[in-house]
Amino acid sequence: MSKEKIKISEAMWDFMPPEYQDMVDRATYGNNQRSWKDIGSSKELIEQHSLCAGCPESIAFRYILASLPNPEDTVMVGSTGCTSLVFPHVAIQNIHSLFGNQNAIASGLKRALKVRFPDKIKDVVVLAGDGATVDIGLDMTMQSWFRGEMFTTICFDNELYANTGGQESGLMQKGFVSKMAPVGKLFEKVRLPEIAFESGCHYVACLTVSKPNRVEKVIRNAVLVAREFGPTYVQLYTPCILEIGKQSMEGLDEMKDAEAIGQRFVAKEYMTDNVKAFLKEQDAKDKAAKKAAKAAAAAAK
Amino acid sequence: MNKKVDFENRRILGSKHLKIGETSRYHKDQVYTDPHEIFFEAETKPSFVTGSEVIRDALKRASLDCFVAYPITPQSEAAALVGELFAEGYLGEYFRGESEFAVMGQCAGASFGGARTSTTTAGPGTMRAMENFPMWAGSRLPIQITVTCRGINSPLSIQPDTLEIYYLLETGMMVWHAESAQDLFDFILKGIIVAEQPDVHVPIAVCCDGFFVTHTKDTVNLPPEHMVLPPYDPYRSPVPCMDMECPPVRMMRDPFIMKSNYIHYATHASWQQEVHAAVDRSRKHANAILDGLIETENLDCEILLVSSGTAVSQGREAIRLLGKEGIDVGLVKIKTLRPFPKEEVLEATKNAKHIIVPEFNVTGWMAREIKSIIPNNERVMEGPHVCGGMTMPSEVIVEEIKKHLGLAKKSD
Repeated sequence: MSKEKIKISEAMWDFMPPEYQDMVDRATYGNNQRSWKDIGSSKELIEQHSLCAGCPESIAFRYILASLPNPEDTVMVGSTGCTSLVFPHVAIQNIHSLFGNQNAIASGLKRALKVRFPDKIKDVVVLAGDGATVDIGLDMTMQSWFRGEMFTTICFDNELYANTGGQESGLMQKGFVSKMAPVGKLFEKVRLPEIAFESGCHYVACLTVSKPNRVEKVIRNAVLVAREFGPTYVQLYTPCILEIGKQSMEGLDEMKDAEAIGQRFVAKEYMTDNVKAFLKEQDAKDKAAKKAAKAAAAAAK
Repeated sequence: MNKKVDFENRRILGSKHLKIGETSRYHKDQVYTDPHEIFFEAETKPSFVTGSEVIRDALKRASLDCFVAYPITPQSEAAALVGELFAEGYLGEYFRGESEFAVMGQCAGASFGGARTSTTTAGPGTMRAMENFPMWAGSRLPIQITVTCRGINSPLSIQPDTLEIYYLLETGMMVWHAESAQDLFDFILKGIIVAEQPDVHVPIAVCCDGFFVTHTKDTVNLPPEHMVLPPYDPYRSPVPCMDMECPPVRMMRDPFIMKSNYIHYATHASWQQEVHAAVDRSRKHANAILDGLIETENLDCEILLVSSGTAVSQGREAIRLLGKEGIDVGLVKIKTLRPFPKEEVLEATKNAKHIIVPEFNVTGWMAREIKSIIPNNERVMEGPHVCGGMTMPSEVIVEEIKKHLGLAKKSD
């Protein structure tokens, strides 16, 4: 969708709600330099969130939306869970249908958009929790990777079923005591990043959302690689502070602890050699574009 | 009763899409044709084909953007034949999903993205996919699904049985039941046109009895292969297409509303009512395009046989046999189960003293449907029922009717 499509008739401008005017004037649609740094100064693509105060998912959501390289032609697919409470506030078309079928929906959607718009880039991005991605939807998650479906899957890993009240999930760490794991979880945290790479994902990243720069980089990488090569997977640790007994202000510390050396969320990336070369080239292009933009800005002054 | 629409008015069903007369985007030998012309004016050619081949032949003329396949007897052959169509360039996209639950999700994704989408399933596949069907309806996705009915019980059975249709009835989809291969061909193409009407825009399940229809050969009159339906126009949909080509007025197709307050309950309630009202609004289109939601013969008879699917075909022969013995029996064939032709059935059965409802399932859901809408419903004889793959010889229907009338000994 071109930004032209959301232009408001001049005669109607004064009557439009300020949120809509903001969307036209200050959203980052069509800005290829958009980044997480726009948060707080531009109109964000997420109006508000209805998550718990201090929930790391809420900031992860904002980073992701600020990092999408092509939001004006991106459709997101969600699933049931905490994320589905936020999606109604997101200024990108998105689909919620059932619990766990997000990668099936995205497979059909991406193929339909390719058939309908063969000459246009239409990105599809799945964003779902770990219950949807790894438990109830694992079959569809992995089958979409086996088939080489060209979209990005992002998993908000909070290591439990948050929205239903903190039950055990496949991504929960072994030994953690929770609802439905009354004597502690008896098996290891599922190693989905490794499984993803073995299953055909061309780019895989696993990290916390403590560092926005890193989140932006992997989201951008994942979307660009999905366009050119095939499936990509990003797993983000977004702890459920409510269910692990933390305070609202403790989310960041929890993530920093979890990514420390030797801990389970040390940042990791897997990619094929082709993807490595592609991303290197992409980095060089991005740097050149940024330099050119800076020079242009300086000249304009 | 729904007002009959005259022949000329059927043209309202024809898309006003500008593409009529243009070459299909998928196959250079096909031309987008007014559905009115395909259904009512084109010269047809009789072909001797199986029901599976008929599914292929219908979808070949459907300007289909996407078909998702999965093997389950007895629809596997049809789904594979559609794959051959894809290889020959007759449709936009075709792939195999990993389970019926996933396939219905993939169909939903394609339809959300503005593609005319179709699939086929059967029996346990229908049941595995079931969670998707109310989602399709609630999301107003006009997906066409052909259901080739078979047993769903354990022990495992692949044989014909129509019990699964009963589970589809309250999903919010249109449900039509084909009697023959000709019906199957017509219902698939006509169903797509009705399902995509902006005031309807809900999914359609075209059901047929597995094996009896899918695996037997029958003569079917087919319009020329170069005539294809005009393409689906997703921007005529009553809800936004999820392709980021609409201004971001409403971003979610199904706003996630699950707070516990009255406004949210009311929102859900009104949407559910709207989905079922949309199915109801399909009557006027289906009435015209199917030449009525029911087909009748000899309604002045005291005995009427009322059913759908191949039970009607067996009934037709039973009626002929009874006629030879001087027992006159009329016929009501129900084509659309949702919307159910309530007014039509009421009118057709008003003078009948005995209403016989033969069915290919153990519970007799069709008899219950009929009993629930007609006065003096003790007139309904529930049965004969066969299930588990049994056939229903016309002689069985004859005997049951004679027993019911006291014309044959119970021990016969």
